Parts: sequence; C-alpha cells; structure tokens
Amino acid sequence: MEFVMAIIIGILFMAAVYLILSRSLLRIILGTGLLSHGAHLLILTMGGLGGTSPPVLADGVTDYADPLPQALILTAIVISFGVTAFMLVLFYRTYGEHKTDNMSLMKGNDEHD
Amino acid sequence: MKTNDVILQTATKVVFFIIFLFSIHIFFAGHFTPGGGFVGGLLTTGAIVLLLLAFDLKTVQNALPFNFMIVTAIGLLLALGTAASSLLFNIPFFTHAFDDVYLPLFGVSALHTAMAFDAGVYLVVVGSTITMIQTIGGDS
Amino acid sequence: MINLLLLPIILPFFFGIILLFFPKQIKVQRTLVTVGLIVSFISALILMAKVKSDGIQTVTLGSWPAPFGITMVSDMLSVLLVTTTIVITFFVVVYSFTGIDEEREKFYYYPAILFMITGVNGAFTTGDIFNMFVFFEVLLIASYVLIVLGGEKKQLRESIKYVLVNVISSALFVITIALLYSVVGTVNMADIALKITDIGQPGIITVIAVLFLLVFGIKGAIFPLYFWLPGSYAAPPMPVLTLFGALLTKVGVYAITRTYTLFFVHDTAMTHGLLSILAILTIIAGCIGALAYFDLKQIMIYNIVIAVGVILFGVAQMNDAGMSGAIFYLIHDMLIKGALFLLIGIIIAVTGTSNLRKMGGLMKTHAGLGWMYLIAAFGLAGIPPLSGFIGKMLIIQGAFEAGNVWGSIIMLVSSLIVLLSVIRIFIYAFWGEPVALPKTRRRSYRSLMMPAVVLVLISVAYGVGTEWLIPYMTDASDVLLNPSIYIDAVLKE
Repeated sequence: MEFVMAIIIGILFMAAVYLILSRSLLRIILGTGLLSHGAHLLILTMGGLGGTSPPVLADGVTDYADPLPQALILTAIVISFGVTAFMLVLFYRTYGEHKTDNMSLMKGNDEHD
Repeated sequence: MKTNDVILQTATKVVFFIIFLFSIHIFFAGHFTPGGGFVGGLLTTGAIVLLLLAFDLKTVQNALPFNFMIVTAIGLLLALGTAASSLLFNIPFFTHAFDDVYLPLFGVSALHTAMAFDAGVYLVVVGSTITMIQTIGGDS
Repeated sequence: MINLLLLPIILPFFFGIILLFFPKQIKVQRTLVTVGLIVSFISALILMAKVKSDGIQTVTLGSWPAPFGITMVSDMLSVLLVTTTIVITFFVVVYSFTGIDEEREKFYYYPAILFMITGVNGAFTTGDIFNMFVFFEVLLIASYVLIVLGGEKKQLRESIKYVLVNVISSALFVITIALLYSVVGTVNMADIALKITDIGQPGIITVIAVLFLLVFGIKGAIFPLYFWLPGSYAAPPMPVLTLFGALLTKVGVYAITRTYTLFFVHDTAMTHGLLSILAILTIIAGCIGALAYFDLKQIMIYNIVIAVGVILFGVAQMNDAGMSGAIFYLIHDMLIKGALFLLIGIIIAVTGTSNLRKMGGLMKTHAGLGWMYLIAAFGLAGIPPLSGFIGKMLIIQGAFEAGNVWGSIIMLVSSLIVLLSVIRIFIYAFWGEPVALPKTRRRSYRSLMMPAVVLVLISVAYGVGTEWLIPYMTDASDVLLNPSIYIDAVLKE
C-alpha cells in the first residue's frame, strides 16, 4: 500500500511542478493545489497506513489508526484552502490590472538602474 | 442579456433551506461524529452561493443584510473568548470543560465549551468565504 | 498565572479582532492599536522578569500532558525576541499615523499588522514543530494582506511572486514535517530532540536537517534562496517594508537557530559546516547587491541579507562566544533595521524619490535627519560603542575559537562594505549640491522623525548598556547550547 501511495504522491508532485512552472496564472494555482494535496497524502503515508479502527478509545480495539497525522492534515487542508482562496482573488485582481495572465509578461523591475 | 431562469430560482427557494438545515445538522453532528463548524460553515456558504447564482448580488444583500466582515470578527471573538476563558480559572489555555446537563425537550445532553469554539469557527468560515465571493462577484 | 507566556500572542490577536469592527474610524483604529501594543509590551516585560527569575516557562494547551498536546515554551531567547518585536511594531505603527495614506488605514491595515505580530510572537514562542508551521502561516497570510494592500500595479505583480514562493516553501515545510514525523513519531520539539538521540539514524536525520535549512532558508533569505526578497520587499510602502525587513526574515533565522541547536546536533561537521558555508555565501551575495544599486530601498534590502548571513554564521559556530554574539546581533539587527528603514523612509518622503542620483544637499535643510542617519549607519556597521559592535566581535571570537579563520576574515571585510554602502547613501543624499525638494509639510516631517529618533536612541542604549544585558544574553545562549535545559523544562512531569 505504501508503494502505491509513493507513486501517487510522486505523480501529484510531478504534475504540480509542471503546472507551477507554466506561465498561466490559473495553471499556477492548480499547481499549488496539487502540491498541497501531495504534501497531505505524504503526511498520511508517513504516519503509517496500518490500523483499521478509528482512533477512539473502546474496549478490545488494538489495531487503530494514528490520529495525529489526521489532525495535522485537517489543519494543513484548512490553511491551504484559505491561501488558495486568497490567491484566486489576488490573481483575479492582477489580471484585471495588468490585462494579462502571462507570468512572462510580468517579470522585471522597471525602476532599477 | 436577460436570462430566464425561473426553474433555478424556484428550486433555489426550496433547496436553500434544505441545505441550510443540513448544515446546521452537520454542525451539531460534529459533537461526536464527523462534521463540525468548518464543514457546516462551508455548507452554509454553499447555500448562499446558490442564492447568488440564482438571483443577483443586490437581491441577496437585501435578503441577508449582514456585513460579513463583522460576522467574521464576531466568530473570531467567540472562538478566542472560549479559549481565553481558561485565563480566568488559571488553567492552561484551550482547556475545555464539559458536563451532562438536563435540558427541557432534549433530555440529558452533553454540553461542551468546545461547541462555542466551533460556533466561532462556523461564523468565521461563513463570514470570510462570503466576503471573498462578494469581492470578486462585485465587479464584472 | 500559568498562561502568562501566551499573553503577548493573545493580546495583539484580541485587539486585531476588535479593530475589525470599526474599519472606517481612523481615530479609534489608531488609539486601539497603540493601547493594544502597549499592553502587550507590558505583558512581555512581566514575562521577561518571570523567565529571568524562574527559568523557562511552559504551558501545554488544553491540559494535555507534554509530548501529546501543543506545548508553548518561553525561554530567554524567545521572550527577548517577542519583546523586541512588539517594540519595533509600536514605533512602526506610530510612524504609520503620518507615513501611510488614509485609504490603507481604512482598509484593515492595523488589524493586519496586529495579526502579523500574533504570528511572529507565536512562532517565537511555540514548542511544537507543526504549531510553528501554523504560526508561520498566520504571519504569512497577514503579510500577504500587507504587501498587497493598496493594490498598485507594481504591488500586485510583486505580491504574486511573494505569495507563490511562500506557498511553495510552506508545502515543503509540511513535507519536511511529514518526513520527520515518520522517523521520530512526534511533533513536540523537546520530544523530537530526545527521540533523535535515541533512535540513532544519523543519515536520514541529516537529510531532514538539510530540508529544514531549505524551508527556513526560503523564509529567512539565505544564499541561493534570497532571490525573491529584493523585488518583493521593494513593492509595499515604507512602514510595511520596515516591518518585513525588521521581523519576517528574523523568524526564519530564529527557526534555523532553534532547530539547529535543539535537534540536529549529531553531525555538526556536516550540517553546521553547510550552514557556515551558506552563511558566508549569503554575506558575499548581500555585499555585492548592497554595492550594486543606486536605489535607497535596494541597498537597505541587501543589508538585510548580509545581516542574516552574519547571524547564521554565529549560530553555525556552536560555541559560547559565537552563540551569544549571534543573539546580540539578532536583536541589534531588528532594532537598527527598524530605525534605518524608518529613516530612509523619511529621506524618500522628503526628496520624493528613492534614486540616490537625484538627491543631494539634504544636510542644509534637514540636519537632524542627517545626524540620526549617521548614528544608525555607524551602529549597523558595528562601530563601538554602538550596538552592532559587541555582537560582531563575539561572533568573530567564536569563529576563531572554532577555527573558521577565513569566514571571520570575510565577515570583517563585509563590515567595511556595509559601512561603505550606508555611508554612500549619506554622501549622495546629504552632501553635494542641494536639489529642489518637493513641498512637504514641516509638521508631518516632525511626526515622522519622532519614532525613528526614539528607535535610534534605543539602539544606542542597547549598545552602550551591553554590560547590563549580558546576564540575559547568557541565559539565552545557555539554553541553546545545552538543549537538556529546554527538554527538562518541557517534559518535567
């Protein structure tokens, strides 16, 4: 199972890097989304995939899942949700001001000498 | 161009309340089972976004005359206040108190201070997401 | 009062929330933000006295026992940094009363500053590596708001790069924490330190150490990763730049210091050697940048990069002199960068440009500004008895003790280059033929000067009063050099 997860996480990171390196703003946002998904899956895998019961204290349950990665992922998901929403607004505004969504037209610092 | 979306508008008038009620249900379900303030808040936001899609921004603002930034602030204050009430009792921050209380109609219910915190989260999520959507939706 | 160490985090947050209710009433905003910062400052002072007398303070949120709950730990280093943060923010806020336009003040400028302080203080205080990530995000999201506030074309363009770089580094942070968790099975920093020595897996731990260096290096702007800093920091208005320059990179530096003294001490030849080399390269790259530009903001921004290199070079020595020198220099640099950025903000406000070639002769009209700038510039370069001297001297002493002769020589040369770069500003802006100045009101000039002057005076006092500060600095460096003090304080039960 860990092997499959490793491949899935690798594919997610690969796609994320490809999208972040592209020029369109929208693709970049999708890329950061995939990057955080990959990171979250990595936490889940790194916590160990064993454990079939929910991590609730009950009699006779010995094989329970590790609750900490789940708590960490939940926090990380909320944060990446907020940041992604902020980025969408920011990129939309930038698109409105600059009339382009092409990153290569937005480089440079015009007033340095 | 004026589109005629009678079906959407009629359906929304009913569906909005169903989603809203379901979000309240999810919010209280978070007590012992999956759910809670964050998911409930997102569902409520979903219901309001449906209203925004079916009607226009102005109608929705008249129907829900809140400043959603204030809603966010109230939510934050509620969450922080719940956590900080432990300052008064000189116990570690975020320590939560709970007890089984007899309530009329409900019978014996477990009441947690965590729920007040969750209500704060709910308000923050609704307030901030709607503010964002209104900001983008405002111009076009 | 066991929650005392949380007050410098909670109070700014509370006042920030209250400010959200009245965005349009500027008077209320200004009063409340001042009150909030003063109250937080008092709580930080009480906390400092408490830490001085009773040792490290800890509280575990939600009453969970130590390795399971989130622990907040306040040792001397973190309480010193928290106090300095609040002081600088206070003066920046006072400067903002005239230094920033009303449009921004009405658009949640002060709440964003207070939320950023919440994040910064939280990151300094936390004893849990994942909680540190959360506080990093709090301060980053507030800084996104501050950098984009106003929505000028240039700001939007630069904030995209800033946000993107930080989002990627945050994802890397999560990935690194995941890897660390898989090895040690805990996220409590004291517990991690114990487990790392127990499991004896130096190879993978070294890899994680380098990954952490990468993550915090992006935030703290060390050598190959500082590329985003000059462009992004030049975009926002001056008070925001002051806050960023004085505080944000220092959080990254603090995180490197904490992790590299607490966890990654098993293979110092590799990890600290790498840190030392990168610090020297950071100094060199910063020096080149500081000399290359004729733009006030850019020169000062590259000076941030140099300071990061100097502090980390001190940390990398891992001995008594180097560590206390690094702490001295860290706090000195926060104060003096705050003062210098405010001063060049005034120069820019007076002359209406940030290009050195278009300035001149300010000494005739603004002598007080010139003298203040000169004192601050000497302080930055480390001329005794001003505040930069003692820190640099201790760092160099530490480097000689550790046998890093070349590194110390480069650092000494860099002091000269720092002096050259800031004196060049003085020569171009204050000497020479006076140029026609745009009309500015004398009153607003005076109210801008006040916070800057007080901050310069504080930094002078910090340099002259070194003798009285030594016990505090020794306390701070003791904890860093003997992690067992920290571990015992957290896991005492």
